[in-house]
Amino acid sequence: MSDTIERTVTLAAPPERVWRAVSDHHEFGQWFRVALDQPFAVGTPSTGRVTYPGFEHLPWEAEVVAIEPLRRLAFRWVPGIPEPHETLATSPSTLVEFLLEPEGGGTRLTVRESGFGKLPPDKRIEAMRMNSQGWDEQIGNVRAHVDG
Amino acid sequence: MSTVEAMRTKASAIDDAARRFAALGEPVRLALVARLAGGAALSIATLAAATPVTRQAVARHLGVLEQAGLVSAERVGREARYRLQPAGLAATREWLDQAAAQWDDALVRLAAHLDE
Repeated sequence: MSDTIERTVTLAAPPERVWRAVSDHHEFGQWFRVALDQPFAVGTPSTGRVTYPGFEHLPWEAEVVAIEPLRRLAFRWVPGIPEPHETLATSPSTLVEFLLEPEGGGTRLTVRESGFGKLPPDKRIEAMRMNSQGWDEQIGNVRAHVDG
Repeated sequence: MSTVEAMRTKASAIDDAARRFAALGEPVRLALVARLAGGAALSIATLAAATPVTRQAVARHLGVLEQAGLVSAERVGREARYRLQPAGLAATREWLDQAAAQWDDALVRLAAHLDE
């Protein structure tokens, strides 16, 4: 089963503008709805409080793993709405990536969240990918794979 | 109920989803799930006969699958038999869909922010 989520949007704003919205911690907080304690920096923990209406004061915790100006910002976090004991130190984490590409005068932005199951690529069985083919066929494929 | 609220109401949703992903990510367990997909409740002995690992290993793997909510155990006489719980797989897919919907919402907010 694929454990990666990917969404792509085309934005009219140029990459410099989108990059600032993603990488500047004040601006990121404005649209993402989080109040961050410090700028994003690789190797520095990112902490703060959620400001999303209804979830104010839930803690934000992330570990920045990559900052490639105008191209990619990546951090690890505990997905969903973690319980207080579910921190980066104790819980499964996913990798969030913001990927920017120029498109015309605007920006193609992809957000990707991955790694939840931490499946090594060579162990993933393509037949288990949940798609429109239906569960029965997938199981048939898996059975053929493991029996072969 | 909003996407965010739906994810919040399930206690330790992350651990549950992680358990399911981890359970499905192991070849022997995947084979057991495939074997059980026929719908029948099967004993450890029957399942072990179809896999290249020991009965103890199969029992251990079934325990992992049961913890993850992907199979359930029932007693038939003295014997434990295992049955697939398709809802566990559906729940995993649903978790991914909910997380994806959160990103859709976030991107809408970003677009609105950039327009200001």
